[in-house]
Amino acid sequence: MNAANYLYLSALLFTIGAVGVVVRRNAIVVFMCVELMLNAANLSFVTFSRINGDLNGQVIAFFTMVVAACEVVVGLAIIVTIYRSRRSASVDDASLLKR
Amino acid sequence: MSDLALQVGQTAAPEATLFWILAPLTFIAALGMLLVKKAVHSAILMAFVMVALAIFYIAQGAPFLGIVQIVVYTGAVMMLFLFILMLVGVDSSDSLTETIRGLRPIAITAALGFGGLMVSLLARATLGRTAVGVEAANANGNVEGIAQLLFSTFVWPFEVVSALLITAALGAMVLAHHHRIQERPTQRQLSIERFRGESLASAAGLPAPGVFARHNAVDVPALLPDGTASAASVNASLKARGDVLDPSQFELGTIDTRVEEEK
Repeated sequence: MNAANYLYLSALLFTIGAVGVVVRRNAIVVFMCVELMLNAANLSFVTFSRINGDLNGQVIAFFTMVVAACEVVVGLAIIVTIYRSRRSASVDDASLLKR
Repeated sequence: MSDLALQVGQTAAPEATLFWILAPLTFIAALGMLLVKKAVHSAILMAFVMVALAIFYIAQGAPFLGIVQIVVYTGAVMMLFLFILMLVGVDSSDSLTETIRGLRPIAITAALGFGGLMVSLLARATLGRTAVGVEAANANGNVEGIAQLLFSTFVWPFEVVSALLITAALGAMVLAHHHRIQERPTQRQLSIERFRGESLASAAGLPAPGVFARHNAVDVPALLPDGTASAASVNASLKARGDVLDPSQFELGTIDTRVEEEK
């Protein structure tokens, strides 16, 4: 098996994540799709680290994980805050600036 | 070395088997995440994708990242997601109606274009050299190798990221902090309110749910003396979820009061 197959899988997962962010309306599912995209990028980093034979890619993937963890914490806090004031977790209901 | 394919070397047969079993499953799970209606099911499928990715990391000579992936993602992040789902309401299923007209076909077309572009790009790319493999870099152990990089080349980003983590934790605490709008009533105030209110109906407390001896779970309203269901006896959130059962289905059959004629 060619190790580039991991890169194909990563590209497909990233695409699915991107579609999910656009199509789904539940803020939590949108967030999970963002996580999926970050994870797909991580898989690419790890694969390239293996192809190039140094560990820099793995360290960058590690940093990505930390940033993703921060993003989840703050994002979910925002979702809870919006849910408290609008009683809805749908991204369409948070449209106060539009009106 | 052919110029057409990204020459990254052949992997051993066991890894190929692992990949060809797990990769389609991962792809299907990710696709299912997109298609299922309930957010909880999405979360379960997401957890599967995370674990599969951890296995891929370990197979690719990144055991440290594989373990971190399981601990951080399936342990902490998915936990947090499920926790928020519980808070927001498990059955807050997506209304799968389109709010922006024509969004879905456009999104799918764009995704096909983007995915096709990425895949064809990867298929046509050349690296200019064969794969090195991470074995040499891992010679002193994967964790030791990463630690050496992390605390030499990347020590500044490492410190910045730690500041980011603390900031995020504080930010989440500030955002999720809940201010009470009015003072919490004391026991004394509650009982004064109960007895000085306009009626004394609830002075002795609300009726307990359940139909005596037939079904005493909290989802069945109690029966009033006239045989009707008492709305005050079941929890309001159960009512809102539509989980309240009809007490009439636990009634005994009508009792035949006629005396049987003796033969």
